[in-house]
Amino acid sequence: MTAPIDIVDVTKRYGDAMALAGVTLGIEAGEYCVLVGPSGCGKTTLLDILGGFSDPTGGAVRIDGREMVGVPAARRPTTTVFQDYALFPHMSLLDNVAFGLRMRGLGRSRRLARAEEMLELVGLAGAGAKRPTALSGGQRQRVALARALAVEPDVLLLDEPLGALDLNLRRAMQDELKAIQRRVGATFVHVTHDQEEAMAIADRIVVMNAGRIEDQGPPERVYRRPASRFAAAFLGEMNFVPGVVQGGRAMTVFGALGPATQLPEGARVTLCARPEHLRPGAGVSLGVVRVIEAVFQGMHRKVTVLPEAAPDTPLRARLPVGLAADVGDLITLALDAEHLTLLEDT
Amino acid sequence: MMRFLICAGYMALLYGFIFLPVGVLALYSFQDGRFPIPPFQGFSLRWHIEVLGDSDLMAALAHSLMVAFASSAVAVTLGFLAARAVAGGRLPGARAIRAALTAPLSVSYLVIGLGLLASFNLMGQGLSLSTVAVGHIVINTPLCFAICAAAIGPAQMAAERAARDLGASELRVMWLITAPMILPALLAAFLLSVTFSWDEFIIAFLLSRFDVTLPVEIWSLLRSGLNPKTNAVGSLVFMVSAVAVLGVELTMMRRR
Repeated sequence: MTAPIDIVDVTKRYGDAMALAGVTLGIEAGEYCVLVGPSGCGKTTLLDILGGFSDPTGGAVRIDGREMVGVPAARRPTTTVFQDYALFPHMSLLDNVAFGLRMRGLGRSRRLARAEEMLELVGLAGAGAKRPTALSGGQRQRVALARALAVEPDVLLLDEPLGALDLNLRRAMQDELKAIQRRVGATFVHVTHDQEEAMAIADRIVVMNAGRIEDQGPPERVYRRPASRFAAAFLGEMNFVPGVVQGGRAMTVFGALGPATQLPEGARVTLCARPEHLRPGAGVSLGVVRVIEAVFQGMHRKVTVLPEAAPDTPLRARLPVGLAADVGDLITLALDAEHLTLLEDT
Repeated sequence: MMRFLICAGYMALLYGFIFLPVGVLALYSFQDGRFPIPPFQGFSLRWHIEVLGDSDLMAALAHSLMVAFASSAVAVTLGFLAARAVAGGRLPGARAIRAALTAPLSVSYLVIGLGLLASFNLMGQGLSLSTVAVGHIVINTPLCFAICAAAIGPAQMAAERAARDLGASELRVMWLITAPMILPALLAAFLLSVTFSWDEFIIAFLLSRFDVTLPVEIWSLLRSGLNPKTNAVGSLVFMVSAVAVLGVELTMMRRR
C-alpha cells in the first residue's frame, strides 16, 4: 500500500511567526523523501501537517488525491514514528505493535500473529513479551517502526527517527530503514537535520530553510548542482567565489569561470565549488596559493588556502595525502570547471 | 554522639506529639473498667466485643464504607476527566480552569456543608446517605483532579498522540492509554478520597438524617459521656484510615 502526496502552497503561522511560508512539494508513491534543514526550518511542522497533528493556515495537502486538511490523524492513511518513540509503557511489545490493528477491529489471534511478523521484520523476533522499558534506544526505535508499519499505512512519517542513536547505530539503521522501505513499498517521509543521513537514504531530498524549500530533487543532483546558496552550504562544505557576468561568463578574480549563462551583463553571481573539486593538476588554474591550515584525515588532507590572486577569499580543498602541503607552503591549485555551479545573487 | 542524641530526642518528641493521642485512645479501649482514664486497670477485650455487637455502630460502619467507596469512585472519575481535559494545554484558559478546580481545596468543610444543605433544601431534596456522598464528591474531586493532573505529563501526551495516530478514538485513548499509564496516581487519589470521606464529620452530620455514617454515630455516642467503647470504635476508625494511607504510600512508592 502506497500513495503519492501533493502539498500545494502550504503555509503555517504561529502568531506573528511564519513556520511555513508557502511550501509546494510533490512526492511520488513509494518514494523515500527526506526533509532536511536546520532546526526551526519548518520540516517538523510540515510533517505534523501531513500526520494530522496540526492544520495548515493555508494551502492544500492531498494524499492519493484526497484532501487531508481537517481529517483527524486517526482517519488518515498515515502513521508516524515519533522522535521519542512514544511506546506504550504498560503494554508488551506485541501489544504495542498490534495496537493499530486492534483499533481497526482485527481479532486478537490474527493481530498478534501479524505483530509477531512485524517484530520479525525489524529484527526483534521472539521479544514480543518484553516491556518497552527493557529495551535499548535502538530497539525501541525498531518497535516504534514495527508499530507504525503494522497497519500498512500508505504513508509512513518519520520524525528524526535516528536522532537519539549513537553514530554507528545510526548509520546501520539508515541502511536498514531504506531496505524496509523497499520491502513494504509505502511512501516514506523522513525528517532529519543530518545531511549525510539525508543523502544516504533519500530518493528525493528536500532542503528547507526558514519555512521554505531551498532545493529538492535526487540527492546527487542537489549535492552537485544546488539551486541555492543555502542548499549548497547545507549539504557539505562549499567554496563560494563572487563574480560579475561579462560576455555570457562569470568574471572573477581568477578570470572567466564556470558555465555559460543567460544572465544579463553586469549581474552579480556566485560560483560554487566543492572542496573535492580543487586539485593540484589540470583545470582552470587558481594560481599560487598559500596553505594556512592543514588537517590530515586519512583518506585525504583537508586544507584551507589563500590564493595570491585573492588574499581575502580563503578556499577549502581536499588534497591527496601524497602531496606535501604543510602550513606556509606555496602550491598551485586548479579547479575542475565541469563541477562548478553558478548561482545568481539575490 | 551528642548531636545524635539531640536528633533522636527531637524525633522521639515529634513522634510522641503526633502519635500519643492515638496511642492513649487505643490503650484505654482495652481498659478493664468503666472509664477510659488512668489508672489502667487491666487488659480486656470486652469493649471491642461490645462495639462489634452494636448494631447501630455496625450499620454506621457499613454506611461509611458505602459512602466512602461510592463517592471516591465518582470523585476519581470526575477528577481524571477534568485533568485529562486540562493537561497539555488542550483547552484555552486551561490555567484558569485548573485554578478554579483546585480552589475549593481551601474552602472549609463547614461552608461547603452549609452551602449544600441550603441547595438541597432549595431543590426539595431530602437528606440521606446519597446527599452525604454528594458532599464528599464535592470535597474530594479537586483533590483527585490535582493528583491526576500532576500525573499527566509529556510522556502521557506523547503516548496519546501515538494512539490517536494509530486510529484510536478519544474514548479508547483515555481507557487504553491514559488511565493505565497513570494507574498508580488513580489508585492513590482513590485511597486518599476514601480516607477523607471515612473521617469526615461536619458534612456527613449536616447532610444526613436517619442513616448516618460512623463519625456521626460516634459523635452521638460521645454525647452520653466518655466510655472505653468510644475508644474501641475510635481505634477501629483509625485502623481503617491507617490501612488506606499505607495503601497510598505503597502505590506511590512503587511508582518511583
